[in-house]
Amino acid sequence: MAERTVVVASRVGLHARPAMLFTQVVAAGGGAVTIARPGQEPVDASSILLVMSMGVKNGAEVVLAGEDTALLDRLVEMLETDLDAE
Amino acid sequence: MRVITGVGVGRGAVLGPVARAHPVPHVPAGAPAHSDPEVAAAHLAATFDAVADSLQERAEAAQGTLRDVLHATSLMAKDPAFASQSTAKVRAGTDPALAVWEVAGQFIDMFTAAGGYLAERATDLASVRDRVVARLQGLPEPGVPALWRPSVVVAEDLSPADTAVLDLSLVLGIVIEKGGPTSHTAIIAGQLGLPCVVRAGDAASLRDGDEVAVDAARGTVTVDPDDVARAAVRRRCQSLATLAEDTAAGATSDGHAVQLLANIGTADDAERLTDLAVQGVGLFRTEVLFLDASTAPTEDDQAAVYARALTALGDRKVVIRTLDAGADKPLSFVTQPGEENPALGVRGYRLIRTAPGLMDAQLAAIARAARQTGEHPWVMAPMIATVDEAAEFASRARAAGIGTVGVMVEVPAVALRAREVLAEVDFVSVGTNDLAQYTMATDRLRGELADLLDIWQPAVLDLVAATAAAGLDLGKPVGVCGESAGDPVMALALTGMGITSLSMSPASVPGVRFALRLHTLDQCRQIAAAARAAGSAARARAAALALVDPQARELLALD
Repeated sequence: MAERTVVVASRVGLHARPAMLFTQVVAAGGGAVTIARPGQEPVDASSILLVMSMGVKNGAEVVLAGEDTALLDRLVEMLETDLDAE
Repeated sequence: MRVITGVGVGRGAVLGPVARAHPVPHVPAGAPAHSDPEVAAAHLAATFDAVADSLQERAEAAQGTLRDVLHATSLMAKDPAFASQSTAKVRAGTDPALAVWEVAGQFIDMFTAAGGYLAERATDLASVRDRVVARLQGLPEPGVPALWRPSVVVAEDLSPADTAVLDLSLVLGIVIEKGGPTSHTAIIAGQLGLPCVVRAGDAASLRDGDEVAVDAARGTVTVDPDDVARAAVRRRCQSLATLAEDTAAGATSDGHAVQLLANIGTADDAERLTDLAVQGVGLFRTEVLFLDASTAPTEDDQAAVYARALTALGDRKVVIRTLDAGADKPLSFVTQPGEENPALGVRGYRLIRTAPGLMDAQLAAIARAARQTGEHPWVMAPMIATVDEAAEFASRARAAGIGTVGVMVEVPAVALRAREVLAEVDFVSVGTNDLAQYTMATDRLRGELADLLDIWQPAVLDLVAATAAAGLDLGKPVGVCGESAGDPVMALALTGMGITSLSMSPASVPGVRFALRLHTLDQCRQIAAAARAAGSAARARAAALALVDPQARELLALD
């Protein structure tokens, strides 16, 4: 199980459009990935409801975990860009 | 043939088949568990998939923001946590509909408590929940079905989201069981010129495909109309179409000019005012620009929208109203959370107390659009209550470079002090819906109190007349930009009081023009005096109507 810690760059945090894009990539990647705030219980990263419920704001740290390291790296790259930019 | 009555909005009439919007399902609290939980869980999982697929289909058929919203909603229907938590409850013995209701409820509570973006998503999630529950109960999905032929949409009520997904090219008219004449649906229908009847409680009995004749002027819905009723509707459609071809400037029969203007909400609306039947815009509501946004639109974005509207209207008059948010139009990035009486709180011009930058950016954007287009928009502020507020707004607007500055008269305090207020600004415009709300201490959104909100209430007429008199004394324009300006009888009374411009939904203009042209200014004054001498709203309108030319009464169905 690999882990990645990343700071969310999206201006509006991991809500709405960014959360939708993020969970879509997780689901399309087919890999089981979890996402957590440091020190909290990880949740299924393919669930837009669970991801939005975390209330992750701009600049917050999240921890991704899963077996597929290529997918994890791709997700880290996503979160490091401003997903709300059109 | 059966006649259902309600409150009509507009003057139009139309014949067509009913397309029934389906209500939100209810979940009985004590529903028995399914005999085989595994079968029930599998059926529930399949139902989630079916709802996701149908939402995705609708998303692909839609465009723009609606497409994004439907797509995000379909993802919620496909959400692994939503489905797995619901099916787990079913396996543990809970009724499937109840399980979906409870799981959705947890997320909805969480989103609502978080506010902002997430609170908006709670509505999407509730719509997924309702669709899944409806399917489980063997009911059609809630909301307006996809229209396949021109239809009269019938609903208990329509939310803004329901209205947004309507294919307007196929909507002939709207009938709703609840709501009032100033409700969201009624205003939208008025803007679009769709015949609309609200508060038609018995419309609950209408079914898909029933043939109905909707008469907005009379507030009636006739089921299975006979030949006589059909002919009456056709005749009125024809005469209204004839009136709509008249593009002369508004005036009484003896030549007293009254400007006939339109109320609009977007630059698209301005671009639709291509015919010259409307002399300009008396109320450009700018909050539409802000309401869908999660952050304030920039000065650049706003200037581009205002410039589009000004270009579309060319030399015609345009009155832009600054942001009127708060109360029933909350704004995610500025509205104060937890206001107990938002209609009496920080709304309209009062937002300057908590977010002064919004007003300054808007004034700068309007001034820039004016420079770019070479047009000269008038600008007014809503929800002014004191002479000092009017003076402060005028100095800010003039400092931004705006030439003609005014304020709305919606608060009785301003009508009572109209002379002093008019001394500070170039014009005022009476918003009759809000003026009635604040004069009669009656919430605009309470349909059951519609009789108190009646603009014909003597106290409301007195305040409008006092404002008009101040304008005549000071030689400054006093307009009316509430929906009441579109009632031909009221338009005559307002003209008699000294109101100089009437702004209404564009569809109401031809009827008002026709009524004005059949009366002299002196007759209008007599109509106003008769109304003001009456002791109640109903008697005031009856007294005014009794003096209206029979030809106008007949053709405009004013009885």
